[in-house]
Amino acid sequence: MAVFDVEATSAEEIARLLDARELTCEEVAGAYLSRMAAHNDALNVFLHVDEERTLAQARAHDNEGRSGIAGVPMAYKDLFCIRDVPTTAGSRVLEGYKPPYTATVVRRCEAAGLVELGKTNMDEFAMGSSTENSAYGVTRNPWDAERVPGGSSGGSAAAVAASMAPLSLGTDTGGSIRQPAALCGVVGMKPTYGAVSRYGVVAFASSLDQVGPFARTVRDCALALRVIAGPDICDSTCLGPPEPIELPEREDLRGLRVGAISLEGVGGVEPGVRASYEAALETVRGLGAELVEASLEFSLTPHALAAYYLIAPAEASANLARYDGVRYGLRVPGDDIFEMYDKTRQRGFGREVKRRCLIGAYALSAGYYDAYYGQAQRVRTLIRRDFDAAFEKCDLLLTPTSPTVAFRIGELVDDPLAMYACDLFTLPVNLSGLPAISLPCGLSEGLPVGLHLAGPAFSENRLLAAAHALEGAFAFDPRPPALMGAA
Amino acid sequence: MSVPAGWEAVIGLEIHVQLSTRSKMFCRCPNESGGEPNTRICPVCTAQPGALPVANRAAVERTIEVGLALGSEIAAHSTFHRKNYFYPDSPKAYQISQFDEPLCSGGRLAVPTADGDDVVGFERVHLEEDAAKTIHEGGGGGRLAGSHGAVVDFNRCGTPLMEMVTKPDLRSPEQASRFASFLRETIIALGVSECDMEKGSLRVDANVSLRRPGEDELRTKTELKNMNSFSFLERGIARELRRQAELYEAGEEFSTQTLHYDPSSDELTVLRSKELAHDYRYFPEPDLVPIEPSAELIDGLRASLPELPAARVRRFESEYELPLAQALDLGIGSGLAAYFEEVAAASGDARGAANWVLNEFSAHLNEARLSAAESPVRPAALAALVGLVADGTLGSSGAKQVFAALVDGEGGGDPAAIVAARGLGQIADADALAAVVAEVVAAHAQQAEQFRGGKENLMGFFVGQVMKATGGRAEPQLAQRLLREEIARG
Repeated sequence: MAVFDVEATSAEEIARLLDARELTCEEVAGAYLSRMAAHNDALNVFLHVDEERTLAQARAHDNEGRSGIAGVPMAYKDLFCIRDVPTTAGSRVLEGYKPPYTATVVRRCEAAGLVELGKTNMDEFAMGSSTENSAYGVTRNPWDAERVPGGSSGGSAAAVAASMAPLSLGTDTGGSIRQPAALCGVVGMKPTYGAVSRYGVVAFASSLDQVGPFARTVRDCALALRVIAGPDICDSTCLGPPEPIELPEREDLRGLRVGAISLEGVGGVEPGVRASYEAALETVRGLGAELVEASLEFSLTPHALAAYYLIAPAEASANLARYDGVRYGLRVPGDDIFEMYDKTRQRGFGREVKRRCLIGAYALSAGYYDAYYGQAQRVRTLIRRDFDAAFEKCDLLLTPTSPTVAFRIGELVDDPLAMYACDLFTLPVNLSGLPAISLPCGLSEGLPVGLHLAGPAFSENRLLAAAHALEGAFAFDPRPPALMGAA
Repeated sequence: MSVPAGWEAVIGLEIHVQLSTRSKMFCRCPNESGGEPNTRICPVCTAQPGALPVANRAAVERTIEVGLALGSEIAAHSTFHRKNYFYPDSPKAYQISQFDEPLCSGGRLAVPTADGDDVVGFERVHLEEDAAKTIHEGGGGGRLAGSHGAVVDFNRCGTPLMEMVTKPDLRSPEQASRFASFLRETIIALGVSECDMEKGSLRVDANVSLRRPGEDELRTKTELKNMNSFSFLERGIARELRRQAELYEAGEEFSTQTLHYDPSSDELTVLRSKELAHDYRYFPEPDLVPIEPSAELIDGLRASLPELPAARVRRFESEYELPLAQALDLGIGSGLAAYFEEVAAASGDARGAANWVLNEFSAHLNEARLSAAESPVRPAALAALVGLVADGTLGSSGAKQVFAALVDGEGGGDPAAIVAARGLGQIADADALAAVVAEVVAAHAQQAEQFRGGKENLMGFFVGQVMKATGGRAEPQLAQRLLREEIARG
C-alpha cells in the first residue's frame, strides 16, 4: 500500500509533506522499500538493502524530530564506504568487505537526516559506461529492460528513474553520473572538482573522480548538492564551493550567453540526439538567452579521449594495487603468497579492470612515461585552455550528454573503443575539473535524450538556475512508461 | 689504510630520519614506536578503499628547518609523488614520496676538523612515509631465512620519514662515519628526531665506488643498505672498497648492486642487482596538493633555529680558547654545551670548567646514565669547585672527593661546606706546613743527604711523604719550596 505516489513526488515535496505531518519518515521509507522490492529482481538496481536499518533510521527521525530534508531517502552507489555496511565497488575482489569507516559525504547526508535506502549497482570500480562491467550482473534501464542504464553509476540513475529512490549519489570520472542520467531520463550533476569530498569513496582516478547527485528535478538536485558540498579536512583536494548552493527559482535565461557547438564532424552522434539538441537550442533562445557559437578545438577530438584513457588508467593502476587479498576483501588461497596474489586478482578483477590496470601501468613505465602519461597531461592542459577560451565568450556551454540513447545490453561489450566513445561530450569536463549537469530534454525512439550544460569552475548555481529554467520549458515526463502505475 | 692503495674512494650517503612529530605523516594516528602490534592504525595508514592522505604540517616544517640549517634552497612549490612498489609492508602498494620537486635542494654541512671545515654537499632533502614492519615467523629474529610465514605490524606505517641525499663528496670510510655522526648531532640539535640507530629512527645507506686518482668519470657504484651503527658503516664501506679493488685488479667487471653488510662475519651479500631493479612508475600524487610555503613561514622557521653544533664548536674555540678536541666534545651535544657554558661563566675559568666537565662530570654522567640537566651536580656547584681548585684551597685529590660528595648530594650542593665538613682544605700556610716538612726531613736524613749530593729526583719522594702526612692536603708547590729550604738547612 503506497501512501503517496512515489512516481510523482519530488524530494522537495516529500520534505513538505513531512513538515506538514501528512506523512511520517517511516511511511516514506516504507513506500520506497516496497517499490524496490517490486522492481529490483527485474532491474537489478540495488546490490545491498537492509530494510530494518532503513526503517530504524526513518523511525528515529519520526521519534526525535526532524527539519529540512530529514526523512527523505537516499540511495548510494556501492563505492561509498559506510561503516559495517557491505561495499563492493561492483567488484568480486571486495566481496564481503565491510568498511571500518564512513565516507564524508555519507556522514553529511546522515547529519542532514537523509535515510539510507541501500547500495546501488555499478561498473566495477566505476570503469564502464553501461553497468555491464559489474561483477554482480547488469542493471536494466527502466525505460527498456533490454537496454543498459549507462554507467558507471547506472544503478543510482536507474534507482531514481524507476522511483526506487527520490535521490541518489554517484561518482563521475569521465561522465559516470551525467551519461547514465541522460540514458535514464533523470537529472545528474558532476560538481567542480574539489566541491565535494572524496574521502571514503572508493577511488578510480583520483584527479578526475567527483561525487554528485541524481534527482528527478533540478531543485532536488540542488537540495542534494547543498547537503554534500563543502570542505573536508580529510580530503586536501576538497575546498568546497566558495558560495552556498542555492535553490534555483528563475524560469528564464535572460542575460545569459549560452555557447552552442556545431555537431558537424563530431562522430557518432545519432540523428535523434542531434534533433533533440537542435530543438533544445531553440528552447534556449526562446527563454531569452543569447546563443553564441562556441568551438572546442581539442576537447571534442580523439585526443581528449586518448588523454583520458591514459590518465584515468594510470591513476587507477596505482589505486587498485592495494587489492591484494592481504588485509580485506576476497582472498583466494595459494601455495605461497605470490600464488595467493595471482589467484585473488585473477578471480577478483573483471576484464575491463584488468585491461585498464595494464594500460595504466604501461603508460607510467620507465621509457614510456613521457610519450604516454606526460603527453596526456599536456593534452589535458590544452583542454583546460580550450574551456577557458570558450568561457570568455559565453557563460555556459551546451552539448548533448551522450552521442546515443541507451544502447542494447551486449551491443558494445566486445568493442571497448566504441564504449569509450560514449564519454566524448562528458570527459573533457572532468579533464578540466569543471562542473556540468545533464537533464532530460526529450525522447528519441521512445528513449530519453540528455542535454549537457557545462560552466566555469564553481558555477554550480548558474548551471542549476539555467537547468531549472530549461526543465520548465522541456516539461519532460520522467516516468518510464514501462513502469507507470506499477507498485 | 682503509682506502685500497692506488685508488680513490667516492662515497655518498642516503640518510633516512624518522621525524618526532605527534601524528603520522598522512593521518592522525599517534607517531610513537613500540606498543602492541596494529594498535595505532586507521583507514588511511592501512589503505582502506577510499581513504585519503592529508600531509602533516609539522613534518613539512621540521624538514624545512633541516633544509634551512643546511643552507638548502627551500622550494617555493614542492609536490608529492607516488612511488609504486608491491610488498605487504606497503598497504597502498605505493609509497607517497617526493620525486622531482623535493622540499629542499642543495645545502652543505661543515664538520669542524683540525684541518679546517670538512664540507659535504647535499643533493636534496625530501619527505616521505615509512613502511609497515614485516615480521617473518619461524625464521629466528624475524628474518626471512627459514621462516614459514609472515605477519605485518602497521604501527610504523606512515611514520614521517625525511630522506637526505649527500653529494658523492666523501673520500674514506672514516670521513663518512665522522660526517654521519656529526649530521646526527646536527639533527638532534634541531630537535626533529631522536636519531636512535638501534630503534631505526636513523638509517644510513652508502653509495660506494672507486676510481683511479685523477679520473673525472664515476665508475660503477654499489649501494650498502641500512647499516645500524657508525662503526658498521665505516667497516662496511671499507669492506666494499676492498672488494671492488680486488675485482678491478683481477680484471673483473661488476654491475650496480644493492648489498647487505653483515658485521659479525664481515661479509657482503647481494640483495638486488641492476637487472632486477624496480621500475617505481613515479607519478604526481593526485590526492595531495602542492606545498607552497610562504616567505613568512620560512622566515619564522629560520628565526627559530637553535645554534648548531658546527657553529658552537667554532665559537667555543675562539670564545673560550679551547683546543679543537675539547671544543668538539663540549660543543656537539647541546645539553653538555649549555652546562659547560654555565660553569665557565660562573667560575670565570673556561679552561678549568672544560676540564672538569669533560673529565669528572662526563664520567659521572656515563656511570649514572644521566643527561647533564638531570645530574645532581648543578653548574653553580661545579663552578664553585673549579674556583676552590683555582685558588689553591683544594688539590686534585681533595677536589675529587668534593665532586664525589656533590654526586652523593652532600653539603646541600655547596663545595665549600663539604670542604669544611671534611677538613679537606689545602694546607697553603707555610707556618702550618713547616712543622710537617721538618719532621719528614728529620725522619729521612739519609735521603736528605743524597738529595744534597745531587740526587734531585728524590724531591718526588719527599713530596709524597709530606702528602702522606697531611692526607694529601699540602699545597704541592709550597711543600716543594719548604722541603728545599729544610733540606738545604740540614
